[in-house]
Amino acid sequence: MSVLVYVEQVDGKFKKSVFEAVSYAKAIADKQSSNLTAISIGNVGDSELKELGKYGASKVLNVSNEQLKNFVNQAYAAVIAEAAKKENADVIILSNSFSGKGLAPRIAVKLNAGLVDGAVELPQLDAGKFQVKKTAFSGKAFAITELSSAVKVIALNPNAFGVKDNASDISIEAFSPELKPSDLTAIVKEVVRATNKISLPDAELVVSAGRGLKGPENWGMIEELAALLGAATACSKPVSDADWRPHAEHVGQTGIAISPNLYIAIGISGAIQHLAGVSSSKVIVVINKDPEAPFFKVADYGIVGDAFEVVPKLIEALKAHKG
Amino acid sequence: MKILVCISNVPDTTTKITFTNDNTQFNTSGVQFIVNPYDEIALSRAIELCEGGKGTVTVINVGESATEPTIRKALAIGADDAVRINAAPRDAYFTAYQIAEYARSNEFDMILCGRESIDYNGSQVAAMVGEFLDIPSVSIIKKLDYDGTTATIEREIEGGKEIISISGKFIASCAEGTAEPKIPNMRGIMSARTKPLQVVEAKEIAQLSKIQQFETPPPRGTVKLVPAEDAASLIGLLHTEAKVI
Repeated sequence: MSVLVYVEQVDGKFKKSVFEAVSYAKAIADKQSSNLTAISIGNVGDSELKELGKYGASKVLNVSNEQLKNFVNQAYAAVIAEAAKKENADVIILSNSFSGKGLAPRIAVKLNAGLVDGAVELPQLDAGKFQVKKTAFSGKAFAITELSSAVKVIALNPNAFGVKDNASDISIEAFSPELKPSDLTAIVKEVVRATNKISLPDAELVVSAGRGLKGPENWGMIEELAALLGAATACSKPVSDADWRPHAEHVGQTGIAISPNLYIAIGISGAIQHLAGVSSSKVIVVINKDPEAPFFKVADYGIVGDAFEVVPKLIEALKAHKG
Repeated sequence: MKILVCISNVPDTTTKITFTNDNTQFNTSGVQFIVNPYDEIALSRAIELCEGGKGTVTVINVGESATEPTIRKALAIGADDAVRINAAPRDAYFTAYQIAEYARSNEFDMILCGRESIDYNGSQVAAMVGEFLDIPSVSIIKKLDYDGTTATIEREIEGGKEIISISGKFIASCAEGTAEPKIPNMRGIMSARTKPLQVVEAKEIAQLSKIQQFETPPPRGTVKLVPAEDAASLIGLLHTEAKVI
């Protein structure tokens, strides 16, 4: 028995969420007294692969195949399932990222495995049971889900577990599973990545704004504040509906659910649907001129004031703080 | 062209979430159920693709008879006919299996659904159906065009997008941007009453996952207010007290 973790690469590099998934997988391997193997697909250099050892992986299966340069759900799922069989893995861990959400279900079907996505804690392994806590109702609740299958698949939410140093010797092994032509039916024509932009789903800090900003022309100060913090930018639904900001920035129940360490909400009143998607943020700061705004009820810190006066003060203070 | 759209019956987005039976069951008392908002986007795009007689849209739901008002809403929005797989959905694996079994014995050019359901926040069904049918699946799509044989799909990725081309059958899960949700008009509501709704019995499959208990998040503490004129001091608090910057 062993634990297998899929380590998603972006342009040959691993993001923090990958090290978090490895840390989480290592903790499960330790609970089960089993080994941890990572599976990497794409062109990743040995020095980057060795980074995985810092978080507890003792082996990495490295698949570098030109046909797999770009992410294709079917083919990647086939490779990971094959690796799971080779390693005799009974637990498979992925990040609950955009790609992870597409992959985990296919792997589960291939291996006849139960799947928990949106996991927020380590599994409970009492009395032979395997129970995982996951988010439900867009953060309004958690569901303790029991997996009864021989093989289990878990997709871990970003920022739910954290990165844990756990140095281990690591060996790198080339792995080249066979692919069926039908695994490569979908063809990636183009990948467009916004440079210097922090990805929202796994951002540790998020600065978000709503209709209180009055118009898209006023987002400059939000972006400046976010840039100073090293934060991702987000917005409320009315703002993306009005095309002030792209849909990809909409956080909330019908947008992206996030759980950063810090969520700063500026000019957002806090409708129930918005709160549902952001309430698992560790620290919430609300800036709103309406003292009755529902958002203040869930905030850790609040400023009752006009965003156009408060935000510039925060920007100045941050500049001074950074020296 | 024939499009199958999977719809989930979920509590309205404004629902206050509570549980019964020692927190083992969702309390449906007084809850208004709706078409899952993301599935509505998928349905709207399917209807757009079929406009002008180019095809037909079938909606499919795995649920007991109580979900029929939600199915009728999808018919009112513009689906041509509907299928209800008669079973309480146990988990995504069960639901996906039922949809795949139906799709296997009925010809469809593509299957669409929403990126996730807003109740159990699963984003599993689309990719599972894809795997059961051994067809490509694309998750969290933002755009979908179809020329009759080839689909051009834009998928969201962390910090960007990907353009994917697929010839032949596929399943995709739709996110915001794929289409504007359509609102049923009076004619749609009237015609929905007489549109065909076929009921199919579910097929047996082993259950691999089960929700044992629900928890609600612990209440947050009270807000610490910083005076607006002293806004700058917030930065210090976030650094020294909250330790997040």
